Amino acid sequence: MIKKPFFGLRKPKLKYPVEDTIKLDSINEIPLPLRVTLLSDNNERSDDVDLKVGDKVKTGQLLGLSEKDGDYLISTVTGTISEISQYTGYFGKTCASISINAETEDQWDEEFIKAVKAPASKNCVKFLRRLPGAPSLSSVLSNESSVKTIIINGIDKDLLTVTNQLIVKTGVESLTEGVRYLKQITNTDRIIIIVPPDLTYQAEKTGAEVRVVKPLYPNTLPHIQMKNIMGITVPPGKSFEEMGVCFISAEAVTALARVFNSQEFPIYKRLTVINKDSRTFNVRARIGTPVKDILNTLDIETIHGDRLIMGGPMTGNAIYSDEMPVLPDTDAIMVQDKDQIIQSSDTHCINCGECIRVCPAKIPVNMLIRLLENDMFEEAAEEYDLLSCVECGLCSYVCMARIPILHYIMLGKHELSQLKMLEESSE
Amino acid sequence: MNNQKLFISSHAPYWHNMSSISAKSCHIMLAALPAVIMGIYQYGIPALGVVTFSVSCAMFWELIMNLVTKRPVSIGDGNAAVIGLLFAMLLPATTPWWIVLIGTFLAIIIGKEIYGGIGCNPLNPTLVALAMIMLSWKSYIDFDGALVNYDLAFLMKYPLEALKHFGTSAISEHTAVGLLMGRQSGGIGATFGLGLIIGGLYLILRGYIRWEISLSFLVGVFVTAFLFNISDPVTYAGPVFHLLTGYTLIGAFFLATEDSSSPVNFIPMLLYGAGAGCFTILIRNIGAFADGTVFAILLFNVANPLLDKIKPKAMGKGLEHA
Ligand code: SF4
Ligand code: SF4
Repeated sequence: MIKKPFFGLRKPKLKYPVEDTIKLDSINEIPLPLRVTLLSDNNERSDDVDLKVGDKVKTGQLLGLSEKDGDYLISTVTGTISEISQYTGYFGKTCASISINAETEDQWDEEFIKAVKAPASKNCVKFLRRLPGAPSLSSVLSNESSVKTIIINGIDKDLLTVTNQLIVKTGVESLTEGVRYLKQITNTDRIIIIVPPDLTYQAEKTGAEVRVVKPLYPNTLPHIQMKNIMGITVPPGKSFEEMGVCFISAEAVTALARVFNSQEFPIYKRLTVINKDSRTFNVRARIGTPVKDILNTLDIETIHGDRLIMGGPMTGNAIYSDEMPVLPDTDAIMVQDKDQIIQSSDTHCINCGECIRVCPAKIPVNMLIRLLENDMFEEAAEEYDLLSCVECGLCSYVCMARIPILHYIMLGKHELSQLKMLEESSE
Repeated sequence: MNNQKLFISSHAPYWHNMSSISAKSCHIMLAALPAVIMGIYQYGIPALGVVTFSVSCAMFWELIMNLVTKRPVSIGDGNAAVIGLLFAMLLPATTPWWIVLIGTFLAIIIGKEIYGGIGCNPLNPTLVALAMIMLSWKSYIDFDGALVNYDLAFLMKYPLEALKHFGTSAISEHTAVGLLMGRQSGGIGATFGLGLIIGGLYLILRGYIRWEISLSFLVGVFVTAFLFNISDPVTYAGPVFHLLTGYTLIGAFFLATEDSSSPVNFIPMLLYGAGAGCFTILIRNIGAFADGTVFAILLFNVANPLLDKIKPKAMGKGLEHA
């Protein structure tokens, strides 16, 4: 935990780990788990597809979830489907969950191999949605795409996380290949790679335009990068794609290279595991591996009442069970000791102004929180800029009254979107 | 997923910089200590009595209010103690106990709790109490009357009162260094200029108060006093005298900076500080009171919500129609 500095005149500086804390030679391989679980990110499974418990699946096989919108998962093991259920995640969002009992031998799915055998073409594009790093390529690949620039993130969004830094550091060749393929399959004018200063040398070899960012939080959040690097401020409610930019992680680029080079679906996810003492491990695990298996392999013990976080300390999602699997976009798993958990309080805002000083979006957080506490979501959005929030969490981090401000903000945004949906459906 | 081991779930972020309201209160009290100790050294046991009684009463009233309104006990955050301490610092050492009792009641209950407690008070609670006492029982906090039995090794006439009635000739004995070192009569913790400045700088450097407010307040006092002074040097004292007497310094570092009643945005902070500083001198020089700090700050407390409307444009706001 980074505490308040002794001199408090300026904003807190939240630095990324410096290079030598990244231990390169030690990537911990997680053995194949007995069972993997795959989660879709938004859709429930519909009944129009033929998928049932007991089905045999192969590694790299498409598991269709819904015929209508063509959503699918890709199996990362060879084995038998043991459970199909529903998972309720963040803000009550439901998604499909498929568990597969894994066999030790991988058999590769033919359809996939056939698709990629052909020269790097749009054939295999349909396999790319579930790549590690979860690239949102579909918007770029569609013909009427308005995306003019692709930004490769060579620095991780959250603190203590070094997954993508490590990829840039050690995987220049496949990054270079990946950039080449990206140029081939998309028709974007610019490909930019963003790295911290110590990785400039590697980044320059990739053939993408290099931009260096200071490794300070929240410089690494996409909204801030858009502003600092592209000079574009994204208006509330617009997506990056609508502004002509698509973000893709360095890991996804190397995964792309792997698809086309070795005709193999990348089934491994690289991630940073952050232990209770903030020490980190670099890990390689199959997508779908339960968090529990990873912690066991690394000898990290957890007890009832600790906190498990998918993601880093500022933006991660806390999970309540260690059965949760590694997802294509899980860049970090953080374990927090029971004693380190800061209880938030229900004290009023004391108007100390700390949040105003740190907010990168210049939001009057002290007023905003007053409205949100009273469920005045629409006023909050209109007068106090609720929707400009880039969700960095710095306000909660510095709040003297320890108000869970970001939580209120997310709730506010959620409620507003519900309201909007209601209005639209009644029109 | 039926596992016995459950993990604590909550929303991001999972880190906190470990600041807290009680830490802030402790630091404010610590910063006030040099000035308070000087006051106790000068005025002896009665001053000590007023300070301790005021702090205890303030906490007592807060506790009572917590119990009456059935809200969580909040004296742990130290805010009541801070209010009690600051209130005592403004009083003469001989203030009778019942004034302290009533004053802290006014500060805690009328100044803060009826609005909903910490963070909800529109005015500085300490000053609300002091203003009411000044209007109701003026003679008890009239420094010349209250401190008449003291004969310390300096001019015992309250400098601002002397100035008001006799012009600059009455204050010619005061030197800037003497005033800085507390060689003047006044509130228990309001006369030791050096101590207040050190305390204030400490709070600013540690980030517990907003420097914009303190600085602009002092600048406001200085510039206004300077203008008066050059227009008529016989009636109006110079800016340095005004900076170092009365409640100017304690006002700049401890009163105007009270969180809830002061702005948080940059330009509003400057306007608020400069305005309060300027009005302090206006009241001193042409108003009815010898010291204008109390009413000047209260006046700008009232203006605060309006001032704080001047805020920077949020990121991406207004771009939709661009
Ligand atoms: S999370 Fe807080 S600090 Fe960050 S942008 Fe949103 S309101 Fe501002
Ligand atoms: S940091 Fe917390 S207490 Fe301070 S002004 Fe912001 S919301 Fe209020």
